[in-house]
Amino acid sequence: MDSAQLLGITTFTYLFSSLLYVFLLVFNTQRLARVATGFTAVALAVQTIGLILRWVESYQMGIGRAPLTNMYESLVFFAWSIVALYLYIEWKFATRAIGPFAVPLAFFAMAYASFAGSIDKSISPLVPALQSNWLVAHVVTCFIGYAAFAIAAALGLMYLFKTRDQANTASRTTLLPPLPILDDLIHKTMIFGFIWLSVGIITGAIWANSAWGTYWSWDPKETWSLITWFFYAITLHARYTRGWNGDRLAVLALCGFASVLFTYLGVNLLLSGLHSYGAS
Amino acid sequence: MFIITLLRPWAVARRHSRPTIANPFPPFAFMKLLQQMWTFFASVQLAIFSLCCIALTSIIGTVVPQGETHAEYLARFGEKTATFFHILDIPRMYSSWWFYALLTMLAINLVVCSIDRFPTAWRLIRANSLDISPARLAAMSSVRHFVIKAPVAATINWQQFLRPFGRAQEASNAHGSLFLVERGRYSRLGVYLVHLSILVIFVGAGIGQLFGFKGSVMLPEQNETDRVFATADSAPIPLGFTVRCQSFTIDYYDSGMVKEYRSRLTILEEGREVLSRDIVVNSPLQYKGITFYQSSYKPHPEFIVDIAPAGSAAKLFTLPFQEERVWEERGLRFGVINAEGSGQRAVRAKLWFKVGDGEPVTRWLADNETVTMTSEGKDYAIRIKQLYSTGLQVARDPGVWIVYGGCLLLVFGLYVAFFLSHRRIWLSLGKEENGCVAIILAGVTNKNKLAFAKTFEQLAEDIERRTGTAG
Ligand code: HEM
Repeated sequence: MDSAQLLGITTFTYLFSSLLYVFLLVFNTQRLARVATGFTAVALAVQTIGLILRWVESYQMGIGRAPLTNMYESLVFFAWSIVALYLYIEWKFATRAIGPFAVPLAFFAMAYASFAGSIDKSISPLVPALQSNWLVAHVVTCFIGYAAFAIAAALGLMYLFKTRDQANTASRTTLLPPLPILDDLIHKTMIFGFIWLSVGIITGAIWANSAWGTYWSWDPKETWSLITWFFYAITLHARYTRGWNGDRLAVLALCGFASVLFTYLGVNLLLSGLHSYGAS
Repeated sequence: MFIITLLRPWAVARRHSRPTIANPFPPFAFMKLLQQMWTFFASVQLAIFSLCCIALTSIIGTVVPQGETHAEYLARFGEKTATFFHILDIPRMYSSWWFYALLTMLAINLVVCSIDRFPTAWRLIRANSLDISPARLAAMSSVRHFVIKAPVAATINWQQFLRPFGRAQEASNAHGSLFLVERGRYSRLGVYLVHLSILVIFVGAGIGQLFGFKGSVMLPEQNETDRVFATADSAPIPLGFTVRCQSFTIDYYDSGMVKEYRSRLTILEEGREVLSRDIVVNSPLQYKGITFYQSSYKPHPEFIVDIAPAGSAAKLFTLPFQEERVWEERGLRFGVINAEGSGQRAVRAKLWFKVGDGEPVTRWLADNETVTMTSEGKDYAIRIKQLYSTGLQVARDPGVWIVYGGCLLLVFGLYVAFFLSHRRIWLSLGKEENGCVAIILAGVTNKNKLAFAKTFEQLAEDIERRTGTAG
């Protein structure tokens, strides 16, 4: 068994676990809940082993680096963070119904990583600029932040879904947490993401300073991460001082995630810049 | 507080003037204007507005390439747009006057807003929460009432009962006795730390701009320089010492990908070597506040030939391709007569070598490989290396540690602002009446209300269980 196979399997287990969660929601079968959670936990474990194995393999190839340094690996880690964070929230807040909205995001990330033609999956050595521990810190912190924003968006979607649904077929959304709890959860995951994104931007700046002598050069990727950061700062202010919550917060969570996706993928695909992920 | 009063003189003016009588003195009009400006800059609406402006205008610089020449904008966007860009400083928008104006507005907003609100926050932090009446407690958002038998109440050690939430302060007053557990009052400062940290980062960045420089230099191996060239306008910047590039090497992976760029740098003060070190990307050299970063390189059609006759010191020669060199004292003649490579990079070179009147010998040497050649019964250790220039980014930024300090403060402040909260739980025991004691349990928190409500409910249930009464 090598890491590529394990990570390949993960893609399909996340698909299956997404389907389980959707099934759970549509047919309102509480009994399946445990199965879905258990299955997702196993999928996460498989992916964790896959990531560790990839790390070990890089040492066996004489390259020796953390599996966090190109587009493929960042997507895999993104999916990993989403599911890990999701399972934590499920456990901590004893709510299972976020799954149908959050786990598919992990599946999409894995599927995009595995099947997009432009993404190189091989373990290649690092160019000099990427040989830095700050890079590892930067990627890890940014993607924990991104994963939190992904879940906030999933919760936002769920919130909108639930308010729209309440009028007619209430039965289908009884599994979803009550609206005030959802609202609180959106706020909490956003805060969590905001802090990690802050640390991510800071570690990125430190890395840039040790490699090039400027901690901030307004390159498109940096600028977009700052725009995203501002967006969430504005959202938190609007909620705290102007009482924007409920539907508005849900919509902002979705818009914020759009900004995250643009920072992560759009900048590479549409704009030019220093960051190497786009090239791979 | 006094300073804050000084900073808001109209507050005093307002107190001392009667608004019903028109004030004949111009200072009042001036104060009024000041006050209006203060209110404007203290508002959170303005904060949201300026953050939106900065975020939205930042997008421009990610779409329009930055720092190109006017001709390039002309070619790409046409005359009208290029002129428009020129007028609005779009090609360098992040250092344009209007972008700085937006940042300044944000900074003033932060300062004014903080000064405006700090006194209230400080009062809440310093407030004596034990000085409170049962009526005020009864009006709290979380409150429960119990009436229990006096002998039962007497058996309970309330201090210990509240222990899981913290150490309780005690007071007796006219209404009975009062226990208070108060946690995290200073967490109210978290928001101020966050806002302060942003100002600290601005200050650090400003110091870097004013007192630092960013430059670069292309330094051929074996050469030295005492100046570099500014990134912005290529103006020479004296270093105050000399830096010498001893060597520059590139290391490759088996696949041919670059593994490492390495320069050996020596710092010289008045001709004396004071420091020698290798730098690679991500590991710069710092001397007297100036940092040298490995940033690029340039290969030349020249070679460094290093010859060490057996038993004596080596000598370095730099020579162009296909040109003969002479080492008089040793009677040596040599040159690089051929080279093979990929692109600009020489992989191996062919050496022509003659000792005295002996037969000339030729030999292929891999780049930077040392071989021993024998001629006229003597051994010579010879190495040939293509000549490179190392491209150094050179920067001095005296503000960088302030920026890092600000970042640390930001993260710490965010942690305090979001994860700690000011929680108070009161337990008031009323005076004994008809053999019963009226108990009020009240609580308030400034954040994370849902979790607090749960804790509060648990506490209320504990009291019910201990006393056998429903609240
Ligand atoms: C990038 C800039 C800024 C960041 C990162 C930031 C961050 C924060 C954070 C984390 C909070 C706490 C919110 C909460 O508890 O939910 C907050 C609150 C607040 N911010 Fe900002 N802020 C920024 C700019 C500003 C500016 C320019 C103002 C100017 C008026 C401002 C005014 C406030 C106010 C009034 C509060 C509420 C404080 C309170 O009453 O407790 N912020 N900010």
